Amino acid sequence: MNTATQPPASAYFITEEREKNEARTLAILVDNEPGVLARVIGLFSGRGYNIESLTVSETEHERHLSRITVVTRGAPHVIEQLKSQLDRIVPVHRVVDLTRAAGEDGETGPIERELALLKVAGQGDKRLEALRLADVFRAKVIDSSIEHFVFEITGRPSKIDKLVAIMAPLGLVEVCRTGVAALSRGKDGMSGPAEASA
Amino acid sequence: MDTNAMSTERREMTGAEMVVQALKDNGVEHIFGYPGGAVLPIYDAIFQQEAVRHILVRHEQGAGHAAEGYSRSTGKPGVMLVTSGPGATNAVTPLQDALMDSIPLVCITGQVPTTLIGSDAFQECDTVGITRPCTKHNWLVKDVNDLARILHEAFHVATTGRPGPVVVDIPKDVQFATGIYTPPPAQPSHQSYRPKLAGDPARIEAAVELLASAKRPILYTGGGVVNSGPEASQLLRELVALTDAPITSTLMGLGAYPASGENWLGMLGMHGTYEANHAMHGCDVMVCIGARFDDRITGRLNAFSPGSKKIHIDIDPSSINKNVRVDLPIIGDVAHVLEELVRVWKAKNKAIDAEALKSWWSQIDGWKARNSLGYKPSRDVIMPQYAVQRLYELTKGRDTYISTEVGQHQMWAAQFYGFEAPNRWLTSGGLGTMGYGLPATIGAQIAHPESLCICIAGDASVLMNMQEMSTAIQHGAPVKIFILNNQYMGMVRQWQQLLHGNRLSNSYTEALPDFVKLAEAYGGVGIRCQKPDELDDAINEMISVDAPVLFDCRVANLANCFPMIPSGKAHNEILLPDEATDEAVATAIDAKGKALV
Repeated sequence: MNTATQPPASAYFITEEREKNEARTLAILVDNEPGVLARVIGLFSGRGYNIESLTVSETEHERHLSRITVVTRGAPHVIEQLKSQLDRIVPVHRVVDLTRAAGEDGETGPIERELALLKVAGQGDKRLEALRLADVFRAKVIDSSIEHFVFEITGRPSKIDKLVAIMAPLGLVEVCRTGVAALSRGKDGMSGPAEASA
Repeated sequence: MDTNAMSTERREMTGAEMVVQALKDNGVEHIFGYPGGAVLPIYDAIFQQEAVRHILVRHEQGAGHAAEGYSRSTGKPGVMLVTSGPGATNAVTPLQDALMDSIPLVCITGQVPTTLIGSDAFQECDTVGITRPCTKHNWLVKDVNDLARILHEAFHVATTGRPGPVVVDIPKDVQFATGIYTPPPAQPSHQSYRPKLAGDPARIEAAVELLASAKRPILYTGGGVVNSGPEASQLLRELVALTDAPITSTLMGLGAYPASGENWLGMLGMHGTYEANHAMHGCDVMVCIGARFDDRITGRLNAFSPGSKKIHIDIDPSSINKNVRVDLPIIGDVAHVLEELVRVWKAKNKAIDAEALKSWWSQIDGWKARNSLGYKPSRDVIMPQYAVQRLYELTKGRDTYISTEVGQHQMWAAQFYGFEAPNRWLTSGGLGTMGYGLPATIGAQIAHPESLCICIAGDASVLMNMQEMSTAIQHGAPVKIFILNNQYMGMVRQWQQLLHGNRLSNSYTEALPDFVKLAEAYGGVGIRCQKPDELDDAINEMISVDAPVLFDCRVANLANCFPMIPSGKAHNEILLPDEATDEAVATAIDAKGKALV
C-alpha cells in the first residue's frame, strides 16, 4: 500500500494541466539549410509532444525556402507558446497556425490533403474487391501484377484512414503516407494578404 | 600596418587566420579557452598575433563562465574557444547558463575533419546536435569560404535582439583550408532574423495612460534592462523620478536602479523583501520591464498579483503571456521603449494621482517597517548576513564588481549588497549554476584589471570550479573569493528542513579542504576569519592584497535565508525571519502545498 507516503516535494510550483488537448496544423516557412528541421521538431520533442504528421519540402527554390507542415496535439496555451518559440528560431521566417486562422475566419479547418500509396496483394475475389473499392475511393492503380496492386490515393487524412481500414482484410501489405499538406482557404497566403492581380 | 584598413577588403587566408581576423574585426580583445587537437590551427594563428589576448583556463566550463562574467561586466560579447568532443561538451553548461540569462556568448569549437564527421573519430561529438537546444543558434562550417560570413553572423545573432549564446563548429580541415575572407558588413542584415527594437507607438501611448491612471503602481524590472545597455538604466531612473512609482527588481536586474534610490523596495520573489512582494501583490498597475515572470518571482501563479493590470515590455515575443497573462504587451528593446514612454509621459505632462500615491507609499512604508531582512546578530559567530553587510560597507564607493556562486550566499548577497549601477552584479539566475562565480569574477577582472572583483561564494559551490584559481594566478587576476563557509549546501539543507522532515541527506560536506592552505597551494593568499570583531580587519586585508585571495569566512552553520515564499504560497504569504520558528518552518508548507510543489 502506498497511501501513507507523502506526495513528492520539490522546489517548484506544479499545477495540474486542465486544458484539453487540441489538434493543430502549423505551417512554418524556413531557410532550407541543414539542421533547420531538427531545430523545429526539437521544440516539440523537448516538451514531450508527439508530431502526428510532418511534411517538408523546398517550396521557393530561388530563395531556398522550405515549408514545413506539422500536425500536433497539445494544450492550446502550450501551442501558443511553441509558436512564438518557433518564430524566434533564427532560420524561421514565419509561423502560421492554420487551424486557429481557419477558426477565426469561421471555417472548420484549413484545406488538408495527403497522398498515400497502398500495396495490396492477393488473388481471386479479394483482388477484384480491392480493385472495385479502390475505384470507389478514386484511387489510381500505379503498379500491378497478377498477385498485387499498388494504389495511389489523395485526400483528407480521414478518407485515407478509411481506405486503409477497408483494404486491411483484402491483403494490405504496406502503406506509405506523405503526411498532411495544408493551405488556408481564401485568397490570402501565409506571408500576408494576396496582391491584387495585375 | 593598419589592420583596420586591411580588414575592409577581401583577402585570401586560412580558416584559422579568418577566425582571428573575424575576432579582431568584431572588436574582440580577450578570449577564454583551452587548446586541443581539433583547434590547434586556430591556436597557432593566435600565437602569431597580439591584438587578441587568449586567457588559458583550467576547464572549458571555466572558460564559458569567465566569458559570461567578462560580457556581463562590459556589455560586450564574451568569446570562448574550445576543442572538439570533451571541450565542446564541457561548454554545454555555460552555454545553457548564457541562454537562460540572455548573455551574448560566442563559442568557437574545433571539430574533427569534415571527412571524419560521423565516424566516431577521436574526440568527436555531434557538437551542433548537442548544443542546438542550449544556444540561440549554431553553425557547422563545411566550407572555408562560408567561415567569415558565419562568424560575423554569429556575433550579430549573439549580441542583438534578446542576447544569447551561439556556437560556431569548425572542422580542422576547414581551419587549414585557404579561402576568401570578407569583412563584417557595415549594416548586418538577415533574411529571417530581424529583432524588433522599437515598441508599437499606440501601445506605448496606452501604457502611459494606464500607468498615469494607477493608484497603486509598481515597476518590476529585470535583466533585460541591464542587457539593453546603460541608457536603459538611465531612462528607468528617469521614469521612476517622473512617476514616483515604487520599483523592485529580479535577481538579474539588480543595479539598474540604485539600491540607495528613494523608490527602491529591494529584490522581489522567493527571497525578496516583504515590501516588494506585498507591493507586487497589492498593486493595481504593474509595469514589467525586461523581466519574464519567472517561477522564482511569481509564487503561486493563480494568486499572483490578482488585482492588477499588467504592462510587459520585452524584446522576446515568446516571453509574453508565457507564465502570466498580461493586459498590454509591448515588444521591443527596453531602452527604445522607455525612451518613447518617457517622451510621451513628458509631452502629455502626465502625473499619477498624488493622493493615491501618498497612501500607497504609506502602505508600503508599513510593510517596510516589518524589517524583513532582519536577523539576530551575534557576538560569538559571524552571521552570514552580517558578513555580506560588512563586505558592502567596506567596499562601497570603490570600483567594484561582485559575482556569486549559487545558493544561500547568493541570496544574501542580493539582499545585503547594495548595487548602484548596472553591469556590476554577475550571477547565475536562470540556470542556477554552482561553479559560476569564481570563473565569472576572473572574466570581470580580465576586463577591468584595476577594479576590485569579488566573488561572494559558498563553500560547496566554490569547489565546483576551484581549479580556476590557477587561471587567476597565471593571468595576474587578483580576484577576491569571499567564501561564506557554513560547511553545508545551505540552500539544499534549507529545503530539506522545509520539505523533507529535516532529514539532511547529503547536504553536509564532511571533508572540506583547508581553504587557506588551498589558496597557498595555488600561489594565492588565504585568509580565515571566525570572529565578528575581527571581520573588518580581515576584509580590509583581503582588499589590500594584490593577489588572488580565498577568504574563508566561517559563518553560523545553521542560518537560513529569509524572507521566503514557501512553495504553493502567494506573495502575501511570505515567511518572515521572526516568524520562522522551528515549528513554523516545519509547517510552512502544508500537505496541499507539498502536492503543489
